[in-house]
Amino acid sequence: MAFPSLNLLLQSILSGVFIGGMYGLIGLGLGLSWGLLRQINLAHFGFVFLSGYLSYHMVTVWGIDPLLTLLILAPLFFAIGVAQQWLLSRFKISPFNSLLVTFGFTVMIESLIQYVWTADFRKLQSSYGEEKFKIGGLFVPVPELLTLLLAILLAFAVWAAMRFTDIGKAMRAMAEDGPIAAAFGINQRLLSLLLSGVCVAFAAIAGVCFALTFTLTPTQIFSWVGVVFAVVMLGGLGSAIGPLVAGIIIGVSEAIAMVIFAPSWAPIVSFSLLILMLLFRPGRA
Amino acid sequence: MKSLKRIATLAAIAAGCLGLAALPAQAQSGPIRIGSTLALTGPLSATALVHKLVGEIYVEDLNSRGGLLGRKVEWTVKDDQSKPEVARTLYEQLVTSDKVDLLMGPYATGAILSAMGVAQRYNKILIHHTMGIPSLAKYDMHFPAWSLGPDPGTTVPNTLFDALAALPKPPKTVAIVTSKFPSLHFLSLGAREVAKKRGLQEVLFLEWEFGNRDFGPIAARVKDAKPDLVFVGDIGLEGNMLLEAMKKIDYEPPLHFHLYPAPGPMATAPETKNALSVTIFEEHAPYTNNPVAAKFVATYNARAKAAGFPYTKVEVQAAASFTAWQLLEAAVVATKSLDDRKLADWLKANQVPTIQGTLRFDKGNNFGDDLMRIKQVQNGNWVTVWPKAWAAPGATIKTQ
Repeated sequence: MAFPSLNLLLQSILSGVFIGGMYGLIGLGLGLSWGLLRQINLAHFGFVFLSGYLSYHMVTVWGIDPLLTLLILAPLFFAIGVAQQWLLSRFKISPFNSLLVTFGFTVMIESLIQYVWTADFRKLQSSYGEEKFKIGGLFVPVPELLTLLLAILLAFAVWAAMRFTDIGKAMRAMAEDGPIAAAFGINQRLLSLLLSGVCVAFAAIAGVCFALTFTLTPTQIFSWVGVVFAVVMLGGLGSAIGPLVAGIIIGVSEAIAMVIFAPSWAPIVSFSLLILMLLFRPGRA
Repeated sequence: MKSLKRIATLAAIAAGCLGLAALPAQAQSGPIRIGSTLALTGPLSATALVHKLVGEIYVEDLNSRGGLLGRKVEWTVKDDQSKPEVARTLYEQLVTSDKVDLLMGPYATGAILSAMGVAQRYNKILIHHTMGIPSLAKYDMHFPAWSLGPDPGTTVPNTLFDALAALPKPPKTVAIVTSKFPSLHFLSLGAREVAKKRGLQEVLFLEWEFGNRDFGPIAARVKDAKPDLVFVGDIGLEGNMLLEAMKKIDYEPPLHFHLYPAPGPMATAPETKNALSVTIFEEHAPYTNNPVAAKFVATYNARAKAAGFPYTKVEVQAAASFTAWQLLEAAVVATKSLDDRKLADWLKANQVPTIQGTLRFDKGNNFGDDLMRIKQVQNGNWVTVWPKAWAAPGATIKTQ
């Protein structure tokens, strides 16, 4: 083990912060759905990738700016989220069964993606992809920075909405004790539809950011499940800022493990942190 | 009454014998059925589609030439979902339930090993496409269409270092960074040994788990090590991800070699300029001087375009697949038989001209010569640059 130079260490930590931003952005909608709706929405990962592919398609075929695709995809996916929630509540799917049902949705989304765009690799080429700037000796890539900023913006917006708006307070009350909240006149059904729509819209935003940064391939959907689950559990179910903080902690820890020890140690980090948290703070997740 | 019973029994036996006698005649007039699996879904499916298309092209062409032994050829391909255990079950089905005449291997080491186990159980010949670890192939009736030799861990790095030694300024230092994916890892470890023996100084050695998401820290460590050559043991998109991460920190390695990159993304991305890799076939002379190869290239290009493939050129995977079918056809035609043992014996005793060169199977574990060559991305295309006998006209290795 050789200790790295300061510049190498800082550049790697920055890389960890950026990948952590992506973990946090994907984890935000998943955690809210899990914590407030009591639904473990595995289809969230499918929606992230579907949004990424749609964004790729709009940019490549229609020539739309990647960031403008958000204006189309976020409302579209909000509607999909509402529809999904309607379906799950219509058939009274329990939290555990939601895991199985949404896993089925994910497989269907993967098949759809493979049917439309084939299993081949797809890379969204945009002017943002090339952009970067330098601060001191550190290089800052623009797509990753945009992802991080969006993750921070959304996390704080959700936090503020939960804390300071009536709808947010009603959602928290609904998650705490649905029947009592209903007795106080909270429309659980409407709030659930709204929250599910917002969570899936967040998946759409994460998908656009994902396509800006990574090459797309349908089977990658499942390779993000483990680490994002760890992020959500570490950050706290239903928490707005928790997944972002947990994502950055995991991303930076992985980066430090890669730069000081070996890159093959990185996957151990997220789950080691999760196990430690479950051991020392078992009520957190 | 007794005699009536005896007559009836004799008649039944006679009818049975006639029926049995008729069976082979009926079977020999029908098509020759060849069965295989491919990873049509799952993580390996992008490449499996190449193998499927090549198989379809070959079988159509074969049938247009009259088929095999005067019979049409029918190819049954099943989806092993990129799972070796599914491949094993499906090969079992192909032999026992579908009762195919011959087997054709899948692609990728895991599935090939599964198919090989079944082939061994039923004494079937197995010609397969791209098996990456020769030491694991112990069955005496398996035949690899990808000619990487019995000891690629030594021969492949030597071919690369021979090519680089011929440069005006050969590399003196090397960083070896590799995925722990089995087919790559042993080659990268081989490269470490070969580099050491040839006097190259190893300034960095790193391993990552297959499926790694963040290549930023690895890129930063490579940049910090300042190697003359980066040997990357990568598969699929890993090489692209590493080069993208390098570009983000304003670093371009002087020379970079990639073991098994995804050919399309590696050829076309802006940051992959001058990437080196290994090949057995590329779409240029002298390979295309062979009329069979030239015809295949033209057909494949058109069909791949029509099928919507993002990368429509013939390279390693398509060439290995085509070669597998060439081997099967050569053995059947030469022996005039579908007997698995006769076909295997013939392949062991003979050399077969194919689009990637002449193949033989008389060395370790039925592997023959290492025909791996070095290719490079030049102007958005892969071109062979080493050895000179197989280099594209006028092509030499370009450095940064």
